[in-house]
Formats: sequence, structure tokens, C-alpha cells
Amino acid sequence: MSDAPYEIVIGLEAHVQLKTQTKLFCRCSTEFGNPPNTQTCPVCLGMPGSLPVMNKKAYFLGMKTALALNCGIPKFTKWDRKNYFYPDLPKGYQTSQFDLPMSEEGYLDIKSLKDEFEPRRVRIIRAHLEEDAGKSMHDEASGKADSRIDLNRTGTPLLEIVSYPDMRSAAEAKTYMQELRLLLTYLDVSDCNMQEGSLRCDANVNLHIPTENGTIATPIVEIKNMNSFRSVERGIAYEAKRQYDVWQETGKVLGELPKQTRGWDDSAQVTRSQREKEESADYRYFPCPDLVPVVVTDEQIEAVRSEIGELPATLRERLTSDFGLTSYTADVVVNQGRELVDYFLELAAASGDNKLAGNWVQGEVLRILNDQEITIDQFRISAGQLAELLQLITSGDLDSSKAKDVFAVMLDSGKSAAEVVQDLGIEKVDESALEDLCRLLVERNQRVVDDVKSGNQKAVGALIGQAKKENPNVNPGQVRQICLEIINNL
Amino acid sequence: MSLTRQDVEKVALLARLKFDDDQLDKMTSHMVQIIQYVDKLSELNTDDVEPMAHALDINNALAEDEPRPSLPREEALRNAPKRDDECFLVPAVLGE
Repeated sequence: MSDAPYEIVIGLEAHVQLKTQTKLFCRCSTEFGNPPNTQTCPVCLGMPGSLPVMNKKAYFLGMKTALALNCGIPKFTKWDRKNYFYPDLPKGYQTSQFDLPMSEEGYLDIKSLKDEFEPRRVRIIRAHLEEDAGKSMHDEASGKADSRIDLNRTGTPLLEIVSYPDMRSAAEAKTYMQELRLLLTYLDVSDCNMQEGSLRCDANVNLHIPTENGTIATPIVEIKNMNSFRSVERGIAYEAKRQYDVWQETGKVLGELPKQTRGWDDSAQVTRSQREKEESADYRYFPCPDLVPVVVTDEQIEAVRSEIGELPATLRERLTSDFGLTSYTADVVVNQGRELVDYFLELAAASGDNKLAGNWVQGEVLRILNDQEITIDQFRISAGQLAELLQLITSGDLDSSKAKDVFAVMLDSGKSAAEVVQDLGIEKVDESALEDLCRLLVERNQRVVDDVKSGNQKAVGALIGQAKKENPNVNPGQVRQICLEIINNL
Repeated sequence: MSLTRQDVEKVALLARLKFDDDQLDKMTSHMVQIIQYVDKLSELNTDDVEPMAHALDINNALAEDEPRPSLPREEALRNAPKRDDECFLVPAVLGE
């Protein structure tokens, strides 16, 4: 990114479907995946004379999310009508929030696991509560046939989270969405499934290009249809390059062209201009006369704040400072979700070795989860069982390579660490026997002794190999330590 | 505040209404009258009056998140000008 002749400026609008059982203004079910048009009523169909009533849970889930995003919660909030015609919007307006949103001015901190960018605080302009539209389906194969409209989703509660244009690369935008998703998962306020559309995002993107006559800005483009983290990254990267090419060709800068909307085409890996509206957007917002304002007290806000629990940022901090994990390991574990953190905490407590527990969760456990594409609750070895294995490592009964063998068998057989150790015929070598063996090897290998004496500690590796041949059950770490002690005392 | 024919044309377009010249004249004079009528309100001094967000002095009409039965699909689709067994049908929506 840094070698590009421009700076990308990105603001994101995320739409989060809140985890309610019913819609925002009526009590139709929000369940996903049912047959079309089986979850509608006069309210969400926009029938004349019907009266919407605000979903209490949606409001408080929205507040919980906003608080976790460090937003302020105004005591007074109201809903407005955003007027436009579209086939998936039966009322002819979307009930949304205009000048008095339910929350404003927060932030989300992001950092890169792979050091792709400097840690950044992305400021949040506002998070407001609005209703989702329906779904239109068009069968391209049937040519000019009609589009089919399913209104099951119409009226599902959405929290729209609008960031400031604070991000400076496609990787930052992707990480922001991932961190937001993680936060929402910890809060348990949304299913956050980008494929099913319960987490969506649009990006506002333009470039700042240094020129001889000062820095210019290219016209802002809104990118829609990015349905995965990868498409967020690729869509923005593509759009930046496209804007640079267009600027070189036309020289058009911000203000000389209207804001354009482009859709990300994931199969073609390009953004395409979406049909321009005949007139510039004029939503004629006005307060919705069917809904009364919501007024909250400090006590209510504090009650919601107290339900938030530990968030990813706090947990990462705790795992590094209290448990001594590296910040990388803490990131990896926390980013997998609360369940894996709980597994780690239980493992650390039961095994008595925080670092070893962290390394095993980040290494072996996560490798299996990824290989088998399962989550920690489907993982066969409980934290308690794994702790028994780790204790065998700590006590010196198993070296780490043998421990991995035992782990593999535990995974296949479901047996305990002790049982597997017995089945495999692994025996702990008696301390004095081990020392005798080491003395014997040191006597036989004068060259190794000389090498070690002259400062080459690695030479002792040859003795470990020989020790293993003599007795496959020896612990290489112990052999190394004892042999070095013997040699140094010679 | 006054209203021009162009304003009315713009509002008509936003509302997807189509007027011929006569209708547009008539509509313009009607709308001018409405605006003038509402304009009377600005004669009041409202310096010390808090803006209202709603005509009723009621807040917090909230419902519990408990599902109730939806309409049978047949009922939901009944008023549709065009439909199939499952969906409302509209002229092709492209570019999304």
C-alpha cells in the first residue's frame, strides 16, 4: 500500500441485523430461511391504517452495541421516515433515524495480526436503529421476466454503524469489519453471518493524491454488495486502483462529479457502476408520526452497560498481562471467540501452566479446529483432559514431541492422557537410570565433550540422538540438561 | 415562502406522479395555498418553545419481543397487482 502514489480514504457503513425474535415495528418472526412471504402482516406490508410499535429488545440490543462501541447515548431519540420508492420497500419509506439517532460519537480500535498497518482508532459517527428492506430475486436466465419480491425480511431490526473516514487501506477496512464482527459476537447481539446478510457493509472510498499543486481528492464512490471480509478488502483495493486510473485519464476531482454508487461483482472481481438515479437523492426525511420518541434514564443506560461483560480488547489485555501470553497468542485466541477463551482459561487453571496452555490452544488445538472445520464446542478433548496431558509435560514425564503423539491418539480414541501413555508403552525413565545413561554417553563421546567445552552447546544434540536409540522413552530435554551438567562439571 | 412550478414538478417526480400542463398549474396554485396556510404558523413567536418531535405528549411505546402469527401467505399476496404462488411480481429489478 505504502508505495502507491496516493492515500486511500475509507469510511464504512455497517448494517447489523439484531438478534430479536420479532421485527422492529411488528411481531412477525425474523427467522431466516423460511418460504417467501410467510412472515408478513399489515404493519410490515405497509397497509394503510396499521400501526407500528417499537420492539423494546431491539432498542436495548442497539444500546448495548453502541455502548460497547464507546458511543454516547442521548436521553431522547426518535424515528424518521426516509422516503424513496423501491420494489422491496412496500411502505414507500424506510423508518430510520435522521437528526436524533439513538447513539453517537464512539470508536473501535483495530490492529493487524500480520503487521499490515499501525494500530488505529476508528471513530464512529453514530449507530442508529432502522428497519431492513425485503429481498428481490431476479432470474437472469429467464431474460426480461419479472422480479420476485419476498417481504419476510422487511422490518427486521438493523443497527447502522457509521464510521468516520478514518481508514487508510483495504486491509484496515477488512480488519475493522472483522473486529466489529468479533465485538458483536462477544455481545451476542447478532448472528453476524455475512453470507446470510445479517452483517453487511458499504464503503465510501476516495483517494488523496499529492500533486505539484497540492493534494487533490478524487470523487467519492460508495461500494455496495461486499458479502465477505475478503470482498471488502478486494473491492476497496480494486476501487482505489480504478479511481487512480480514472483520475489520470480525466483529471476529475471531488465536487466535479456527483457521488457514484458501484456494486462489487465478486465473480468478476470488479466494481460496476449501478444505474444512476434520475434525480439526486432527496429522501425528504420527516419525523414518523406513527412512532413516539424513546426517552431513557441514566439508570437504564447503566443497567445495559453492566450487562456488556468482557470485550475482546479487555480480554487480550488480561491474557497478556495476567496470563503472560504473547500479544500474538492472545490475539489469536481472543479472535476465535469467547468459547475458545473460556477453554483456554479452564485449561490454564487446571494445568497450572498459563504459557503452555496458551501455546497448546494456539497451536495444536487450533490446528485441529481448522483442519476439521469445527468449533471448540465440537472438539473431542475437554479442557480438563488436555490439562492432564499438559501436566505430564510439566512434570517431565512427556517431552513435547511425545505429548503430540499422545494428543493425536487421545483425539482418535477419546481416551485419557494416562490411558494413552500406558497403551503406547511410554514409561517415564527413572531419574537415576537416566543419569547413568547420560554418564555413559558422555564417556563414550570425548569429541562432543570437547566441542561443548569450547562453547558449542549444540554439539550435545548428538548425545540426545544416541540416548533415544538406547531408550526411546527418554525425554530429550532432560537428556540435554543432564548431559550438559555432567560435561560442565568435568 | 413561495413555491414555483419547478418545485411542484420536482415533488411530483419524487412522488412518481405525472401531471399535464393544466394539472401542473392547478397543483401549483393548490400547493401555494397550502404553504401559505402553514406559513401562518411562523407569525407566532416560538423563541422560548422547545421543538416537538411528536404531536402526542407520550414517550416509550415499546412492545415485548414476542412473536405473533403472521398473515397467511394467500392473504398477504391478495392485493398484489401481479404475483405467483409465493411472491409479489414487479418489473425486473436489475443492477443489484
